[in-house]
Parts: sequence; C-alpha cells; structure tokens
Amino acid sequence: MKFVDEFRSSDYSKLLVENLQTIARSFGEKINIMEVCGTHTMTIFRYGIRDILPANVNLISGPGCPVCVTPQSYIDTALDLSSQKDVIIATFGDMMKVPGRRGSLLKKKAEGTDIRIVYSPMDCLTLASENPSKQIVFLAVGFETTAPMTALTAIEAIKSGLSNLFFFTAHKIVPPVMEALVKEKDLNLDGFLLPGNVCAITGTEPFEFLSQEFKIPGVVTGFEPVDILQGLNTLVGLISQKDYRIANDYKRIVRPDGNVKAKEYLNKAFNIVDSNWRGMGKIPKSGLEFNREFEQFDALKHFEICYEEYDGDSGCRCGEILKGKINPTQCPLFKRLCTPENPIGSCMVSSEGTCAAYFRYYKEPEKMEE
Amino acid sequence: MSTITLSHGSGGTQTNKLISDLFFKYFSNDILNQMNDAAQIDIDFKKLAFTTDSFVVNPIFFPGGNIGKLAVCGTVNDLAVSGAKPLYLTSAFILEEGFPIADLETIVKSMAEEAQKSGVKIVAGDTKVVEKGNVDGIYINTSGIGKIYENVNINCANALPGDVIIVNGTLGDHGMTILCERNNLAFEGDLVSDCACLNTLVDCMLEAYDGIHVIRDATRGGVAAVLNEISDFSKVTIALEENSLPIKEEVKGAAEMLGLDPLYVANEGKLCAFVPEAQAEQVLTAMRAHPLGTNAAIIGRVTEEPGNKVYLNTVVGGKRLVDMPSGILLPRIC
Repeated sequence: MKFVDEFRSSDYSKLLVENLQTIARSFGEKINIMEVCGTHTMTIFRYGIRDILPANVNLISGPGCPVCVTPQSYIDTALDLSSQKDVIIATFGDMMKVPGRRGSLLKKKAEGTDIRIVYSPMDCLTLASENPSKQIVFLAVGFETTAPMTALTAIEAIKSGLSNLFFFTAHKIVPPVMEALVKEKDLNLDGFLLPGNVCAITGTEPFEFLSQEFKIPGVVTGFEPVDILQGLNTLVGLISQKDYRIANDYKRIVRPDGNVKAKEYLNKAFNIVDSNWRGMGKIPKSGLEFNREFEQFDALKHFEICYEEYDGDSGCRCGEILKGKINPTQCPLFKRLCTPENPIGSCMVSSEGTCAAYFRYYKEPEKMEE
Repeated sequence: MSTITLSHGSGGTQTNKLISDLFFKYFSNDILNQMNDAAQIDIDFKKLAFTTDSFVVNPIFFPGGNIGKLAVCGTVNDLAVSGAKPLYLTSAFILEEGFPIADLETIVKSMAEEAQKSGVKIVAGDTKVVEKGNVDGIYINTSGIGKIYENVNINCANALPGDVIIVNGTLGDHGMTILCERNNLAFEGDLVSDCACLNTLVDCMLEAYDGIHVIRDATRGGVAAVLNEISDFSKVTIALEENSLPIKEEVKGAAEMLGLDPLYVANEGKLCAFVPEAQAEQVLTAMRAHPLGTNAAIIGRVTEEPGNKVYLNTVVGGKRLVDMPSGILLPRIC
C-alpha cells in the first residue's frame, strides 16, 4: 500500500535495529523510554518491537489512550443520558464496552436504547438533521486529535441551525499529563516517543517544556513500525549524547506550528480546565470544556445533570498501569478476572489500551534470550 | 412493486403460489419435485457429513454476492472442508412482511446458480413470514449433507509439527466489504466479497494429495480464529509469517482506517489447509491451477515448540501472539 508498505519494510527495519543496537551498546546504561500514545503502544506490540530492541532499552507504555483515562463516572453519566426520553447517543465504538458501575453502553444498546456508533463527530450532523424529534448526544472523548472535530461539528451545527445536537465532553490535552509523569519520582524516564497525531495538531512547541524544564528529550514519530524504530534511533542517540532536544521524525505529517486551522477551532470553542484522569486524579489545565459561546452544546447543562467525578473501586491497578509504573501482568486481575469479554478496567476494553495490547499480543519472553 | 405479505406464509394459496412461482422455478430437481413433507433420498455411502448454518447478513446485497449466495456457499464449504462431497441442501426462509418479491427472486436465483455450480440439490425448504420489524428483511437457514470421501481423514485435531499452512488467496475480503458497505465507506479499488463455493477447489487439493491433515474455511473471526481452534484441538504451536500473508491493497487500506487486523476479518471463500511439507508443493500447484486458488500461498508452519499458541513473525523481525478474537469488531477512536 502506498505510503504504508515503505514504513513496514523488513530490510530497512533490520538496518534500524542494527544501528540502534550499536548506539545503545556503546551507551551501556539502562534507558527508560515512554511511548505516550496508545496507538504507538499498539504498533509496538503488533509488530513485536520490544523483542528486537537492545537489552538496555526499556519501553514503558503511557497514558495516551483517551478511553482508558476517562473516569468511570463519565460512563455512568453517559448511561443516564442514554435513558433520557428521545435521546440518541452517538459514540466512537471503543466506548461501547467500557464498564461503568451500572453496566456498559453495549448492554444498554442490547436493552433497546438508541446508541449509534459513529466514525467522526461530523456524522452527528446528519443524525441530528435526520432525527429532528430526537436529541443527539455525542460522547466527546479524545485528545487534541479528536477535539478539533468536536469543535468543528459544533461550528457547523450553528451554521445549519441545528438545535438538537449536544456533546458530553471529556476532551483532554496531552502535555499536562506528561508534566505530571515526569514529576513522578520513581519513573526515571529518560525520553519520550511523542504522539505524531497530537503533534500534527499542536506542533512541537507545547512539548518543549520537557527539554527546557526537565532536560528530557522527546522524538515526535509516526505509527508504522519503521517510524517507531527510526524514532527510537533518534531518541537513544539524543539520550546518549545528553542532547535534550525535542526532535521531529514525523515531518511528513507534523509541521513545527501544527495545524493552524484545527488550533483555531479548539480556541474558538473550548476553555482549558482542570480535568480528572482515570486512576491519576485531577491534573491541572489538562481538559477542554465548551466556552460561553458554545455552552448551548453542553449536554450536562442542557439536561441539567449534576456531574460528580469518581473512579471505580474495582481493585484494578489502572492508575499505575497508565502511569507506566507497573505492566498489566503485575495487576492481580489481569487475565484472571479482567479479560476483553469481561473487562474490569477500561485499559482492557479500548483497542489502544495497554492491558488490551498485553492481552492480545504479549508473549512470555523467550528463555533463549541473552 | 409486489411485496411479501403475511398470507405468503400462512400455508394457503399465496404460499403455494410463491413456492411454485419462485422456489420450484429455480430449485427444481427430481427429489424436490416429489413434494413430500420430507425429501426421500437413496444413498450409496457409509459416512456422511451433516451441517447447518443461518445467514443474517446486513446488507442483504453486497459487492460480490448476496445473502442467498452466501447461504449456499457457507453450507457447501462446511461440507467440503470436512472432506465431503456436498450433495443435498435444505433452505428455510424467514421473511419480513413487505420484503420485495423481486429481491427475493434475485436471492433465490443466485442460490440456484451456486447450487448448480457446486453440484448440490436443494431438496427441501420452508418459508415463514413475520410482521414488519420482527426480522431485518430476510434470514436464511441452510442445512447440508455430504458424502465423506473414502481414505480422507480431515479433522482439526490432526495438525502435526512440520505441516505447512496454505490459504487459497487474499484474506479479509468479505468482512471488509460488508463493514465498508454498512458504513458507507468508499475505498479506491472497490472491495468485493470473496463469497464462493470451495468444493471443487477442495476436490483438486485432495486429488493432489488425499492425506491433507486439516482443512477449515476461515469465516467469522478470520484466519486468526480458525488457526487458534486448530492449534487448540491439535495441541500444536503455529508460526505465521507476516510477509507471506496475501492481503489486497484495498483491504489493507480499509483495515488501517478502521483499526482492524485483516487476520481477524471474515472470509467467505477462503480456506486454510495443513499439509505435510513434503506434499505442500503439489497441493499448492493444484490449488493455483484452480480459479479460486490462483493466489494460494504458504502463510506459516506448525513448529516443534510445545504448547498451543499461534504466533506471528512480524515484518520487522519481532514475534507476537495471535490470540483468539473476542467481542465484536468495533472501529477505533483516533
């Protein structure tokens, strides 16, 4: 496939791995690298990349899966919204199986509630105009990658005079959670693989603080295996030379100033607010909320719902997993009580969740390895 | 436009008219035409294969087929991959009140065509009509009987270390076509379902080597599900080679966009065969000479490793688990 097969090349991957071995071996020390984004985590597992890395390069999966970091209270409130009269819930497919205290959207749908899976918030415009007697509520989760689409959908709804479209927003932004992570004492992160999709919107500037304040380098990279290996080469090179730059290895997509138009949409519709991250608590200035001009779209205000945030008390160790402090095999529920059929935590549900990646792709390390 | 009404399922004049104008017109054969309550069949063999399957696909018509073609192919294929010659099918229809008769005719016609192509007779049937809203247009059940070939012993517990795994062509075509049709996603190159009867292909394979250990059609859950079942029943470890998986560009593209892995996506005209390495080439040659096997490829092997897992050696030289699929296929969020 054009522009994909090139980034899955066996020969080039081999060269990159050999080069990485050389750099890492000459550096010698253990290197802790966090891949922040769930899509990176999935690529790393799907291609067995951890297997082929130098022994001293340790990849840690981070909190970059929007479904995983959404508190349980959000699901419960979405379930409540779905029970309201004449409401159609529109959601990304990943949210369907996330367990709340009182079941999941999938179960609610099976009971006959009108819940539709959409591929983009823009699909809600059609849904709203085709169902004028219904109230459409879009479950707006996601990072800087999806939030501009929510904003644009609201802008378009104003233009087309739609008054039956609402958003239950839990959009989050990535740099603040990274700041929280680097301040965690026992993580000892040496570098970050930065999410190419987020940076495509934001540009690299919002991540410069890592370099300037914390002396931690980062490399923006894409989502194909060659992207990951290339990014690791650059990053391990920077770490070994104590060069704390934020480098961009995803220049085919990411411009230094990001996507100006998308940022305009974000600024037009949202205010930055403190936000709760599942298992990690409240992180300052890490969420997006409709501003006054757009508050007519706020589902909580429209349906007069008092939203109290809480996490589930399920015994699952999502918080530590999301922070990269433990891996899923260290959670007592993993594969025993918590499985994709019967998920206890959202990290097992989401297609980009760390637990789902471990469940689907992880194999025990081979004994023959040195 | 004439449509199905409740009276078409009530057993009276309209039912009989529907049967004679439509089902007998297309399915006609010596056994069906006797019009007994049960088909009466003389047999000359000892071991039969017997299977049933229900079809509820949405959309009913899709590029490369429709629910009727699928209903014949699905059951024919289950018989064929069991090492049987498919002989007789039954077909039962559950129709929604208001279903266009012209659509039903198209469906029945393609069932008859597939039956003829694969050499099976549709010898019994049933039609029920339910009130509007109680089914989604049309559901079809087909059951089938086949004659198991002598000297052939195909069983999903028979895979052995040293077997190579052969597929007859590209993976994920049917499932990806249906997903894209359902969601109105258009991709360049146009996706087409691979829906086809595989019995003549299986005949060619068994003619090339009748000792094939396992054959399975890779329908729901894709190749990943079938290989996990085989590894489980045969208690063997399977290693697939990502570089060898035949996948169409348009399927790759759609899978990328929807965040799906073609290994897990349904096929309706694909099989996996486990063949001892020494005979692999002759089976592969026979398959490639058949129109449904031109893209046949070896995708992996049964290894000597203990355990019953399926692994994939990835394009970049890593190795990962290919687990049993679970849950429904949902699109990803970002």
